[in-house]
Amino acid sequence: MAEKSHGTGAHTEADGGHGGGFPPFESSTFASQLVSLAIAFVALYVIVSRFALPRVESVIDARQNAIEGDLAAAQKLKDESDAALKAYETELASARSRAQAIGNETREKLNAASEAERKKLEDQLAIRLAAAEKQIAATRETAMKNVRGIAADAAGAIVQRLTGVLPDGKTVSKAVDATLKG
Amino acid sequence: MKIDPIHQFNIEPLFTIGHIGKHTIAFTNSSLYMFITVAVISLLMIGGMARGQLIPGRLQSIAEISYEFVASTIRSTAGSEGMKFFPLIFSLFMFICVSNLIGIIPYTFTVSSHIIVTVALALLVFFTVLVYGIYKNGLKFFKIFVPTGVPMYILPLVMFIEILSFFLRPVSHSVRLFANMLAGHIALKVFAGFVAMLGVALGALGWAGGMLPLALTVALTALELLVAFLQAYVFAILTCIYLNDAIHPGH
Repeated sequence: MAEKSHGTGAHTEADGGHGGGFPPFESSTFASQLVSLAIAFVALYVIVSRFALPRVESVIDARQNAIEGDLAAAQKLKDESDAALKAYETELASARSRAQAIGNETREKLNAASEAERKKLEDQLAIRLAAAEKQIAATRETAMKNVRGIAADAAGAIVQRLTGVLPDGKTVSKAVDATLKG
Repeated sequence: MKIDPIHQFNIEPLFTIGHIGKHTIAFTNSSLYMFITVAVISLLMIGGMARGQLIPGRLQSIAEISYEFVASTIRSTAGSEGMKFFPLIFSLFMFICVSNLIGIIPYTFTVSSHIIVTVALALLVFFTVLVYGIYKNGLKFFKIFVPTGVPMYILPLVMFIEILSFFLRPVSHSVRLFANMLAGHIALKVFAGFVAMLGVALGALGWAGGMLPLALTVALTALELLVAFLQAYVFAILTCIYLNDAIHPGH
């Protein structure tokens, strides 16, 4: 520090002949400074506007585009996975409803088949029942006819025995019919 | 033991370039630091961006932050139309900021500690505003002197103040930067000088006593770092505000 201040002092004395005033207000230096400033600042302006700023801008734009591209790609992938999930869910739902439909169909088919079987058996039973009833009725009728003949014969015999006269067959059968009906 | 806090502002011609009229045009230490400043900015902005990586390194980050910082300053004060002046404001900001920061390094020279430099820059802004304002708005540009909603009877007074303040802009614009840099560097030099003076004058006791001005010098250096950036920012933002008048005249 001491060395520096010593040097400072020496310089000040040497510059004493320079004008000795306050350096920023020494007008003799203005022209030199203005010329240098003009050259330096124009050079800086050209460098900045022609090379530096467009370069920074392009890099920032490229980064912005990269970020936007990545975000768009991520969004696209997300949409795709969403669509896949949706497709899976609809597929699952349709498969489930299809399974239910198949189940219902099978159940109905089986029900219908068993119903038809039952009906067939009932019909057969009904036919056989009817045939049996018919036979019973026929048998009974035959039996009744036999009963009438026997009754008419018996009545004729009884009358003959009692009166000694053989009654007219027609009268006897009429009397038997009347009795059977009564 | 003599310490001259003004010596650091001396202009020393390194070699003569030529003559304009009676004036000798010399390449001075000031010129040297102007070109060093331009070189540092070019190195930062072009060298830093050379690789242009997606994920920036340190130098590229600084270059991009400066770009974004100046761009957002312009957008917030002068609107997106102000971006026409982006290269100008960026050049001004970077030139002042970098030269001020270089000036804090001991034994260097601070370009903006000379009023002729700050006046030249302020006049550049002043005439840019004036020329662009008239070119873009014609006579409507002069509406900036006539604020709306002012009663007629005080309008002449207001106009007088407005016109005066408009023409005092380059003065305040340049003197603010110049005075800040000058005063800061003088203060630094004075306090640093106390350390050496105490050491030489009082011996061992002086070295111990020199601790206080040394600490102050360190603190002042930190303050000057802030001022170096802040003054460049103030200069740039005032430029934006003045340009905003040229782009959108009428308050």
